[in-house]
Amino acid sequence: MWRPHLLLQQITLTLNYMVQHVASSLDLSFAALADPTRRGVLEQLGRADASITNLAGKFHMTLTGMKKHIVVLERAGLVATEKVGRVRTCKLGRRSLDAEVEWMEAYRTLFEARFDALDKVILEMKAEEEDGSANE
Amino acid sequence: MDQQTSSHAAAQNPTAVKRKSDRELVVTRTFDAPPSIVFKAWSQAELFRRWWMPKSVTGVSLVSCEMDVRTGGKYRLEFGTGESESMAFYGKYLDVVPNQRIVWTNDEGEEGAVTTVTFEEQDGKTLLTFHEIYPTKEALDEAMMGSAAGLPEQMDQLDALLSEIGA
Repeated sequence: MWRPHLLLQQITLTLNYMVQHVASSLDLSFAALADPTRRGVLEQLGRADASITNLAGKFHMTLTGMKKHIVVLERAGLVATEKVGRVRTCKLGRRSLDAEVEWMEAYRTLFEARFDALDKVILEMKAEEEDGSANE
Repeated sequence: MDQQTSSHAAAQNPTAVKRKSDRELVVTRTFDAPPSIVFKAWSQAELFRRWWMPKSVTGVSLVSCEMDVRTGGKYRLEFGTGESESMAFYGKYLDVVPNQRIVWTNDEGEEGAVTTVTFEEQDGKTLLTFHEIYPTKEALDEAMMGSAAGLPEQMDQLDALLSEIGA
């Protein structure tokens, strides 16, 4: 589904974070979330833990391709993996649970910047209004 | 649910954001001016365009801004991201009461939110409440997380950019 307004918001918020905190784990989360397969993996792991082989099958990918995605998600703290015998099992990482909080922070940052800019406009309007009444 | 409040170092009033329910987001902020001034800054295009999408934060600039702020009126905002083509936000005003409230639709998506801004006078200042309600919980979740299905080109480009800069 094509939703330009959501996309723009996501892109601008993500880029903003990239610029401001390149090395932070917050950016790793946003970068990890920018890929549809990785979002799909998170959705899947939200329902049940799964092995990399299992995930590769579900998303019609090679094992190597899926491993790369898991590494990105794991670095961002969105996924945790555990190797038992020959099978590496993936589950949601601690950060997945914080993802909403992070989005809210990005959303708040946008509004804070907006409203700080609005403060400046309002100051000017008030000054003009005072000038206007002083001249009356 | 989540409540996040600004700890802005400067003298600005704090901006608070809250997920009020499964499908609602609320932002509140106080402005040091009466509602008549704050309303004017929201309802006149030449004032509105000066603050709505601060380029320093969003990286995009407003290319055009048309708004007819009265009940039944329409708006259209176009943004340029520099390299790619511009994107438009548009919709109509469902309810406008001067100096009190503006309600508008966000029609560029299939499940856009309805936004209500209220201006409440408090000792000569204005308590502003910005409220967005999505048609479903899924619509808000998707706004927050992006769709797991459906892969717009821009997302791929973003992904490529992010891996280029080593995220």
